[in-house]
Amino acid sequence: MTTMTNTLAEIKGLSTYFHTEEGIVKAVDDVSFSIPAGRTVAVVGESGCGKSVTALSVMRLVAEPGRIEKGEIRFGDQDLLRLREGEMRGLRGNDIAMVFQEPMSSLNPVLTIGEQLIEPLMEHRLLSKKEARAESAGLITRVGIPRAEEMLKAYPHELSGGMLQRIMIAIALSCQPKLLIADEPTTALDVTVQAQILDLLNGIKAESNTAILLITHDLGVVAEMADHVVVMYAGKVIEEAPVIELFQNPRHPYTKGLLRSKPVIGRREERLYSIPGQVPQLIGLGEACAFADRCESCLPVCRERRPVITQGENGHLVACWLYEEGVSRDE
Amino acid sequence: MSDAMLEVKDLKKYYPITGGLFGRTVAHVKAVDGISLSIAKGETFGLVGESGSGKSTVGRTILRLTDKTAGEVRFKGKDLYSLSKQDLRQIRPEMQLVFQDPYGSLNPRMRIGDAIGEALLDHGRASRAEVRDKVLETLALCGLSSSHIDRYPHEFSGGQRQRVGIARAIILNPEFLVADEPVSALDVSIQAQIINLFSDLRDRQGLTYLFISHDLSVVEHLCSTIGVMYLGSMVEMAPRDELFAQPLHPYTRALLSAVPIPDPTLKRERIVLRGDIPSPVDPPSGCKFHTRCPVATDACRESAPEFREVGSGHFVACHLV
Repeated sequence: MTTMTNTLAEIKGLSTYFHTEEGIVKAVDDVSFSIPAGRTVAVVGESGCGKSVTALSVMRLVAEPGRIEKGEIRFGDQDLLRLREGEMRGLRGNDIAMVFQEPMSSLNPVLTIGEQLIEPLMEHRLLSKKEARAESAGLITRVGIPRAEEMLKAYPHELSGGMLQRIMIAIALSCQPKLLIADEPTTALDVTVQAQILDLLNGIKAESNTAILLITHDLGVVAEMADHVVVMYAGKVIEEAPVIELFQNPRHPYTKGLLRSKPVIGRREERLYSIPGQVPQLIGLGEACAFADRCESCLPVCRERRPVITQGENGHLVACWLYEEGVSRDE
Repeated sequence: MSDAMLEVKDLKKYYPITGGLFGRTVAHVKAVDGISLSIAKGETFGLVGESGSGKSTVGRTILRLTDKTAGEVRFKGKDLYSLSKQDLRQIRPEMQLVFQDPYGSLNPRMRIGDAIGEALLDHGRASRAEVRDKVLETLALCGLSSSHIDRYPHEFSGGQRQRVGIARAIILNPEFLVADEPVSALDVSIQAQIINLFSDLRDRQGLTYLFISHDLSVVEHLCSTIGVMYLGSMVEMAPRDELFAQPLHPYTRALLSAVPIPDPTLKRERIVLRGDIPSPVDPPSGCKFHTRCPVATDACRESAPEFREVGSGHFVACHLV
């Protein structure tokens, strides 16, 4: 299962904090995982778990009052966090591209689709206007939109959400990135359109060997798309495993709870399992395991010290005291 | 059909589009274009469809929150649209609505105890002295604690706010509740809590629901009868198990196959529809689904199929069935 393919990117000990008036929000706290070339890694979690901030940190697009405090993001032989802003700008769009949740707000409403596609091609790939135009039409066709020439002249408001997301993907693909970061790319779309976009992303991965970092809250999307899954909770990675291993053998009580609380067609239960309580405030989390208050298997140690993520069998990592040797199980 | 709590016949809701110098009506958005359904007491009817299918408009028109264009809505035998204002006000407490967005539907300057109790005072169902007790009782029923009563909406999480929204709706002891995408804005772990709350309330209070959602897995979990809408029309309607075991309409099939299943070992043939839902201003001729239908024939382009019963309680509008 874990044949070691080339690592394209490696995130090591990444911490991104937001310095707010109420205190420091540790949105991403000592997060590590790697992205193999040509694979899809899904980061899954609920709102506020830090998955989007992780993605933005990789692009170095975290806005004030957020700051990347420490860590390393290895991409090839460079550390992205040590690059100068100018060098980083050269990388963005070229080697790493990003697709956001809201296509409507990511496109400029007063420019045509053509202008928005052609410009980055001229800028990044130094094509002439004519070449860029031809290339744009090709990209539009590639993302499955008919009548590419007409589309180049259209404005964003003339297109539906699904079409706009395709255009966003076309822009992201325009410079043949090695890594495509997709932050909840289908959350704002209807299921039938979501199915189209997921198919498109899978097609891109197969054709051009682009690695995808997929940020999502939807376990169904994870199961369909991912090769490898990273589960986040309260700014930390709490579990990580190859996709089949994770779904068949979830270890962290939070992952187990998430999988059980999602209604699944054809597996109806009298009552849905639900995780009690809610996601904790990220300010002043303290030393306890962040999930302790909601956990059904909470041990005394869980309230005192936070578990460290450790490697188990089958490429499965988990941060939970239940799987540590020599932990007292007495209440 | 005499035991039906709600009966809707050929309901239509068109919104005019005005244009030109004098603001003449130039076209209509046919948001709801001839929907019929009936909900028995204690039943949970699930209405599914994608954005723009008209499912929310059905909910609002049924409650007479917006005027109908044509058709009939009978609530416990009474024709809602022929009731006078006073009579309508009398009947309002029996039918309530829960909204999708728990953030937008609460007044930020009102303590939630007041927000929940407001309706009791308005309808003269309790004196000021009694309101607090009744609110506390409803809070407990909705899984909120008594200490929440004097707090403001911003102090609550999304899931708790949705509980407040539900508490507001049920404090008048309604018999019928329209829930419009009540769990769509919530995280999975919280969503499960709210779904369970809906089924508890149904069991304890004998509530009847019209549950509007785009999420087939939620609807399957909660509803006994399901209707599928596309561009303002009902394309299929059947008891839950029947619909999921034997979906007949090509749209229902595509919708079902598009739902991602959280099982990575499952490899299935997915029906991927081409294109988007067309505009309801200018819906396609014949069967409205023919532009995206993988099996459409010439007949589908020419004439609209009739919505007819093909099995016990199983209705479908398709030429090919």
